[in-house]
Amino acid sequence: MNTQDLASLLETLCPMFLLIDEKGDIRQAGPTLQKLRPNIPLVGSSFLDIFELIRPRTVTTIPALMSMAGAKLHLKFHDEPRTALKGLVAPLQHGEGAVINLSFGISILDAVRDYALTSADFSGTDLAIELLYLVEAKSAAMEASRSLNLRLQGAMLAAEEKAYTDTLTGLKNRRAMDHMLDHLTFSNSSFALMHLDLDFFKSVNDRLGHAAGDFVLQQAARIMVEETRGDDTVARVGGDEFVIIFKGLTREETLASIAERLILRLNEPMTFQQQTCHVSASIGTALSTQFRAPEAEELLHAADLALYQAKRDGRSCHRLYSTLSKAQQ
Amino acid sequence: MHGLINRAIQSFVRATYGRSCWLRVTEAAELGFVEFEAMLIYDDDVSIRVMDVLSAEIGRPKAEILEDVGTYLVSHPNMEGLRRLLRFGGGTYVEFLHSLDDLSDRVRLAVSDLALPALELRELSMTGYQLLCDPGLPGYSSVMVGVLRAMADDYGALVILSHDGQHETAEVITVTLVESAFSEGRHFDLGARAE
Repeated sequence: MNTQDLASLLETLCPMFLLIDEKGDIRQAGPTLQKLRPNIPLVGSSFLDIFELIRPRTVTTIPALMSMAGAKLHLKFHDEPRTALKGLVAPLQHGEGAVINLSFGISILDAVRDYALTSADFSGTDLAIELLYLVEAKSAAMEASRSLNLRLQGAMLAAEEKAYTDTLTGLKNRRAMDHMLDHLTFSNSSFALMHLDLDFFKSVNDRLGHAAGDFVLQQAARIMVEETRGDDTVARVGGDEFVIIFKGLTREETLASIAERLILRLNEPMTFQQQTCHVSASIGTALSTQFRAPEAEELLHAADLALYQAKRDGRSCHRLYSTLSKAQQ
Repeated sequence: MHGLINRAIQSFVRATYGRSCWLRVTEAAELGFVEFEAMLIYDDDVSIRVMDVLSAEIGRPKAEILEDVGTYLVSHPNMEGLRRLLRFGGGTYVEFLHSLDDLSDRVRLAVSDLALPALELRELSMTGYQLLCDPGLPGYSSVMVGVLRAMADDYGALVILSHDGQHETAEVITVTLVESAFSEGRHFDLGARAE
């Protein structure tokens, strides 16, 4: 077979072939390859002037290239766009040069865009078109899955938020408080825990009905949120019982003054449908720093003891666990 | 039925008859939701109810509606991605027709749990073809008539299509190619990945 026959055969089978002579000059080039460099006639150019061998690095001469028969080559164009190509060298008999077949490999995604390639530029047996199809099809399917995941995540967050919220007051519920306390004690953070009980709430409920009771709870919740910082946790843990967790705050004077303000405001009469509702608040406070290895149960119990002391002392007042323990000693 | 199929119908109704029509359909079909999820599977019964209700709502037979769904899937700007995937089937309309033999496999490659009935193209002459649609998805051959018609426009080919009854269990669509390069057709750029 002469070179011309070989070239026309290659043109059909591999549109990205190069036929080079023994000096490394390009004698024939496949139509797709020529399409990549419309302004540079490949035929007549020297192979090494057009392409840079990326791997193996050691190959910088034509004789070295000829010795790479059957090995996989990685090349790039010298000029822009520096599309990466894969190549295979098959030397011809009697040292007459070689056939080098090139293909895009993974660079195909950019190459079809950069060179406006069409299906006619690939051989009928090339998997390029199938690869492009798969990339697009899989991306579309992935996008659909991703948008479903986002919506499911949104629904999950909403459900979790609900599960941690007291629906009547919008405060956190007991579950949320337990969670928060476990987290704080586990991470050994310092914090204060305030246990607040509404005095005379039962009588509002009994005298004026549940609607009035609910109203009072909502107003009380609002006051507690207003009198605390954004990252404090206010939770309704029972009918008329609340727990406030002050992260990082263990100064007793500050806590006492917050408690005084809460009591003052909760003491103000509330009006529900022209009826006046009177409640007040008793508060007990314990600090995590009062325990060597504070546990949630222990702290809740300590705040409880302080709260009962406040109730015993006539309600509508605040007691610190520290004063209690000093009294006990 | 796969969410993608339900969503195709939903998307068609909303684009063609408007959102309020779709809301009435979901209401009357007692779906309990207004949006199909593309990547979830629904009971077949749900899709059948939607089609029954839709047919009554707009006063058109189901086969006719499904043909329009097929056309919509290829020609509406909302569906550019799908048109592109079909255009990967070949450079000419005839090549595209031949690629339909692989369509259900191609679909499964992209979305493994979306099973579409097998299609078989029979070449009767240079210009006469029959497409056999296997059973398994009611109305599939109607959708395919719409797809074949819209793809002919896309390639710029002039074809005559008819639904020609059954061959054993398969439904037969006859395709007569009048002119393969009747008009310019729409451009297909391999590298322009759909948004």
